[in-house]
Amino acid sequence: MVTTQTSGIGVQSQNLIINGTEVNLSVDGEMPLLSVLRDRMDLKGSRIGCTEGYCGACTVLVDGKPVQSCNTPVWSVTGKAVTTIEAVDRHPVLAEVQRVFIGLQAAQCGYCTNGIMMTLAGLLSQSPRPDRAHIVAHLDERHLCRCGVHARVLKAIDQLLSHSERASA
Amino acid sequence: MSGCPANLKANPLLSRWFRLDQQPVVGVRSGKVELGQGVSTALAMIAATELGLDIDQIDILPADTAHGPDEGYTAGSFSVEHGGAAIRWAAAQVRELAAQAAATVLGARADQLVVEAGQFRRPGHNEGVTYWHLHDRINLDVSALDLAAPVLHGGTIDNAQMQRPDLIGKLSGAGFIQDMTWPDLLHGRVLRPDHPQDRLMTCDEASARALPGVVAVVRDGHFAGVVAHSDEVALAAIALLRRSAQWERGAALPVDDGLNGWMDHATPVSTCFLDEAQPEKDCPIQHAARYSRPFIAHASIGPACAVAYWHDGQLQVWSHSQGIYPLRRQLARTFGLEAEHVNVTHAHGAGCYGHNGADDVVLDAALLARSVKAPVMCLWTRADELSWSPFGAAMRMELSAGLDANGQILVWNHAVWSPTHLARPGFGDGVNLLAAGDLAKPHARPPLADAPRPQGGGDRNAVPLYDVGARKITHHLLPQGPLRSSALRALGAHANVFAIESFMDELAGLAGRDPLEFRMAHLSEPRGRAVIEAVAKAADWTVNAPGGEGHGRGLGFARYKNLGAYCAVVAEVEVAETVRLVKVTAAVDAGEVIHRDGLLNQIEGGIIQAASWTLKEAAGWTQDGFKTRSWADYPILNFSEIPAINIVLVAPEGAASLGGGECAAGPVAAAIGNAVAHALGVRVRDMPLTPERITQAIHA
Repeated sequence: MVTTQTSGIGVQSQNLIINGTEVNLSVDGEMPLLSVLRDRMDLKGSRIGCTEGYCGACTVLVDGKPVQSCNTPVWSVTGKAVTTIEAVDRHPVLAEVQRVFIGLQAAQCGYCTNGIMMTLAGLLSQSPRPDRAHIVAHLDERHLCRCGVHARVLKAIDQLLSHSERASA
Repeated sequence: MSGCPANLKANPLLSRWFRLDQQPVVGVRSGKVELGQGVSTALAMIAATELGLDIDQIDILPADTAHGPDEGYTAGSFSVEHGGAAIRWAAAQVRELAAQAAATVLGARADQLVVEAGQFRRPGHNEGVTYWHLHDRINLDVSALDLAAPVLHGGTIDNAQMQRPDLIGKLSGAGFIQDMTWPDLLHGRVLRPDHPQDRLMTCDEASARALPGVVAVVRDGHFAGVVAHSDEVALAAIALLRRSAQWERGAALPVDDGLNGWMDHATPVSTCFLDEAQPEKDCPIQHAARYSRPFIAHASIGPACAVAYWHDGQLQVWSHSQGIYPLRRQLARTFGLEAEHVNVTHAHGAGCYGHNGADDVVLDAALLARSVKAPVMCLWTRADELSWSPFGAAMRMELSAGLDANGQILVWNHAVWSPTHLARPGFGDGVNLLAAGDLAKPHARPPLADAPRPQGGGDRNAVPLYDVGARKITHHLLPQGPLRSSALRALGAHANVFAIESFMDELAGLAGRDPLEFRMAHLSEPRGRAVIEAVAKAADWTVNAPGGEGHGRGLGFARYKNLGAYCAVVAEVEVAETVRLVKVTAAVDAGEVIHRDGLLNQIEGGIIQAASWTLKEAAGWTQDGFKTRSWADYPILNFSEIPAINIVLVAPEGAASLGGGECAAGPVAAAIGNAVAHALGVRVRDMPLTPERITQAIHA
């Protein structure tokens, strides 16, 4: 159990489960989950991008579902399982996504990439797995990339979907 | 010394470039920084090739003004061409120094030794000595200019499976300047207006200061910012300041008509830099057209960020700037320090495609940190990023030409109007850091200027590579426009090539010729011809293919800056209400390729970013100020809009390396414009090619 303290208005005790570890934090419940992860937990792999829910660089999994942590107040995830990129070694689907991204070098600056990988890990872990069109529509709605790595990300999705077909065949 | 690359001549001490005391790696410092483009990997591969090391024995050290070479800016697609050439030469000299030392130890002649994985040995012997064993015997504090020209190994290491060493860390956790942390790190934010002509007069500093967790409220002239123990508190304090802020508005903005109408009322500095004698022959075919591009945003995914720390009268900053040395000199000038008392260390930021807010936020951080005794990280907001970061300049191009009865171009005029494409800090006299003009003792901005030819700024690629008879090329440099502009990937090349290549298609149509044939009839440059032929083959170009009915294909070609990489592009589109980019085929000649996948990735990114600019992007303003303050105001290409991409690399044997990150921008824009015209039978000459403009063109 990790306990950290801070002072301020509206501070309350928040019980969180972050990457499998129970954490008790005294923070304002309205604090964005992203700030808690980056500034209180030193988990920097979720990026600070737009802080208004457009770019998706901050995406994490909450109970397995992709969520933009920049506009998610921490009170709303108490008691739920939060997974970040730092848990890649303990999340087989995320590890597979990362392996495919590295294999295809599906990144340039890499700033938006972790958020995209978290979303793909979340969607690919769902049962039944969504199809390509659904995944791409989800990315359209929730993620931006400025370096123009989209074509490689789409290639990565194809590779991940073909892996999963093989696995379920 | 003849042959010694310019960047090494300017930084001749080998110890600025290499460190041998870091067993099991050799430390390499370059002045060309990682901007997300993967250049560190290419530079490491060159160093490994010349030193006789495996790639994982190279450690690219952070660029740093205290230790590393001054290579100016990481810009202009020069990193491999210039930076790589310097590293190659210096590494070969280090290898020769090491070979001599190894020869002494091994009792052999230096030229008998081989080096593999950093170990020098005689052929057939297993034992040898490594760079690290030898490092005490090798003096790197020597000038490259005092050593003999080295034997260059040339080429690159086997890179079929090469992966960028920096990615795995970034794709697993921290890795960017925004992720830096110290126990005593404080957080800073600044207050910027919503209107480009507003200046802060007063705000209620006391209320911000009273907020728990606020360490300092900093005011200096029109500049305001806060330092706090956490970023949330800093943001809350800025919100308080904003609520009470009184602004003074300068000159009113002209109307933004989306077509650069404001340029009609701006007085340019005009230079006709190419004016060839007109032919005496008649030109029975005459044509003229006007093209435009609006201001476009860098729109970095990560907000600009810097860390500043004052100690003992010295300033240390960490920055994702493209030019750490010029930035150091600008900071020294701003604060009245000797340059030696300022050190800038490069840290990776989100993808950078030119002069964005990276430098400005450093001055913000330094101003804030001056009031405290701890390092301060300053972050910009998304709104700051999309409004106060310099924009890629708006452009207007007017072209006219005369052709003989056979369709041969005899006369070619190109005039381009644009505010500057180069207002980098350190370019010209003065200080070009945003806050410097806001201080109680303000620093003057440099006088109006643009990137000098032959690279050029607004006039970059304004001279066609085609044989077009008598050319007249005029650059009308406008004073700063309604939005602040500076270098954005490809600078003027994006719109000039869009104009030239659109115009070539229009002329081909008037001459009754196929666009590809028409170009080839006007192009004698062999490498240019080769990429056009390569792309035609790869895209299966059919001569005189019928267009219309919403399906079209178009061609675009340029040699970047007329002195960099060659690129020809074929775009296929489906046009209904919107333009759907179906496929982009590109042929690129970037000379000798160092890191094949890295080059391909850069070209792919260049294609997608240029497609986004061309189809969707426009920054603008209203009388209330900046129009783009959130991603909702500034749509960029998304995943479902990405075309199939096919890239062919071609290069003549022995051609030197040329950068590839910017070469596609103009040709992609042109190919899309031409494909849309082919699909519709009418042309849209104003970027972006939005549904509204398509509809307008159809009904015109």
